[in-house]
Amino acid sequence: MTNPRGRFGVHGGQYIPETLMNAVIELEAAYDRYREDPAFQAELTELLNEYAGRPSRLYLAEKMTRELGGAKIYLKREDLNHTGAHKINNVLGQALLAKKMGKTRLIAETGAGQHGVATATAAALMGMECVVFMGREDTERQALNVYRMRLLGAEVIPVTTGTATLKDAVSEAMREWTRRIDDTHYCLGSVMGPHPFPTIVRDFQAVISREIREQLLEKEGRLPDAVLACVGGGSNAIGSFYHFIEDRSVRLIGCEAAGRGIDTFETAATMNTGRLGIFHGMKSYFCQDEYGQIAPVYSISAGLDYPGVGPEHAWLHDIGRAEYVPVTDEEAVEAFEYLARTEGIIPAIESAHAVAYARKLAPTMGKDQIIVITLSGRGDKDCAAIARYRGEDLHE
Amino acid sequence: MSNIARAFDHGKAFIAFLTCGDPDLETTAAAVRAAVENGADLIELGIPFSDPTAEGPVIQAANLRALQGGVTTDRIFGLVEELRRDVRVPMVFMTYANVIYSYGAERFLDACVRIGIDGVILPDLPYEEKGEFLPQCQARGIDLISLIAPTSESRIAMIAREAEGFIYLVSSLGVTGTRSEITTDLTAICQAIREAASVPFAIGFGISTPEQARRMAELSDGAIVGSAIVKIMAQYGREAPGHVGAYVREMKDALRD
Repeated sequence: MTNPRGRFGVHGGQYIPETLMNAVIELEAAYDRYREDPAFQAELTELLNEYAGRPSRLYLAEKMTRELGGAKIYLKREDLNHTGAHKINNVLGQALLAKKMGKTRLIAETGAGQHGVATATAAALMGMECVVFMGREDTERQALNVYRMRLLGAEVIPVTTGTATLKDAVSEAMREWTRRIDDTHYCLGSVMGPHPFPTIVRDFQAVISREIREQLLEKEGRLPDAVLACVGGGSNAIGSFYHFIEDRSVRLIGCEAAGRGIDTFETAATMNTGRLGIFHGMKSYFCQDEYGQIAPVYSISAGLDYPGVGPEHAWLHDIGRAEYVPVTDEEAVEAFEYLARTEGIIPAIESAHAVAYARKLAPTMGKDQIIVITLSGRGDKDCAAIARYRGEDLHE
Repeated sequence: MSNIARAFDHGKAFIAFLTCGDPDLETTAAAVRAAVENGADLIELGIPFSDPTAEGPVIQAANLRALQGGVTTDRIFGLVEELRRDVRVPMVFMTYANVIYSYGAERFLDACVRIGIDGVILPDLPYEEKGEFLPQCQARGIDLISLIAPTSESRIAMIAREAEGFIYLVSSLGVTGTRSEITTDLTAICQAIREAASVPFAIGFGISTPEQARRMAELSDGAIVGSAIVKIMAQYGREAPGHVGAYVREMKDALRD
């Protein structure tokens, strides 16, 4: 799906400082070597299964299906993975790759903290040093995850530059990588950044759609009619879509964070409000002003609060293969509460964006149709923030 | 012959960087004139970007101050137009790919020709991606400046051979900002550039003292100073141009010895 220079249509590429070029060239060479290496793949599969708890369940949400009165709804339970989100799939792959490359130190950016926690976890497991960059604002919204990372032995550096959120954490991690390349691997958490990251992260997350496919064929003897996932940078979404891209009958729907609405400035819905640009190493769609200054974006979800989107999503959007729909804070919070009440599952507020859209979509579909929603993570980390949104102050 | 070559035709070049619009465009203009009057051979004008990933804290902060002050690409074109009434030294823009891409490369570069900009430096546009803007630059005689880093090793000849205007050699790993010491052994890199390039090259990143400038210029054709000047702008604000002039004189004198 990628051409050799890391392009997805016009998107992708390697728009990075010269200082980093040899690092990404070295990474690409290592990845090309290990991606086809059966021993590497066996080691990774062992980690994913025995350590992270894969395969994750594909759960039939019967009550939700009944209540919505349309399509049959399955939940892909990435929230049940070790560390509570899909992020571990990519991190175990990259950490193993970094180790093979002789790197001893992992750095990472994090928004909601899930990728940071996953990276800190892999570093602890593999005996590597770990530094996580996190926007100051997010360290406050996600204090529990900051504690978890520190508990796992990682250093968490609050980023105060710019808007002090995910995009600034990415910038700061990139700056740190230019300072220290020899022993350090930048464990990027989403399908973004310069080539080869969008391809590497996608491949490590593609396990999600591989399993959905197998599990649904076993349970229903057929493919789904629609696959829904939330999209910030887009790693759980591309992982959920990947093995269905060739199956035109499967609708692929990415749910973007609209924040207070796509007609306001307080949004992070890149596909719906952004335009083509070059930032963080890639050509893709970005929220930006008329002079190309990157816009301060907003979402209640720290994990979707990013002004860009991965280049493969931008391409799937261009060719009309995937749809990208905006979901507001209010809709996501309602879905968060709804899933807790209806199925006894508290989803991450990120994943709740996909649940919210499913609530609109399912009733418009037939009872013989099937929707799969990827629950990318669990919602324990969000309880305090959602309580606050509802006007209740929790003291943790 | 590129206009930029003129900066290097009378000894070692001193290249000064300023962030446009910090604290305001009038002060930028006065500081540019002060730098030129005191011996700067080439001026790099930074068009601020919201997320300058190759910059250290000093220039990041200047970018934010300038943007908060309401500076835009169009207003910076106006600044250059006004400067070109009397400033004759070569001037280049230093900014990020998205600033040009978003404006429209052809439209941006047409403006560069009209106002008298000689080249552009884009720290997030490596050799592999220069096709993004190179044809449009070449069609207009604007030099797209290449950067070489201490990590470039096997890439030096490839980059240097095709370089235009001058080559910007990054002295150290990391981002822009003053350093008490430049520890990279640049001798072999400089040798490799010399062998492959047909244009001059200057060293930047981390240079703030006359002694550092002299040492870097001994290895190359000139020294580039950014953060140290931007610090003076931050410290003195609208009163900065005189201080910038005095600083540039001291630095340029060190290159003349």
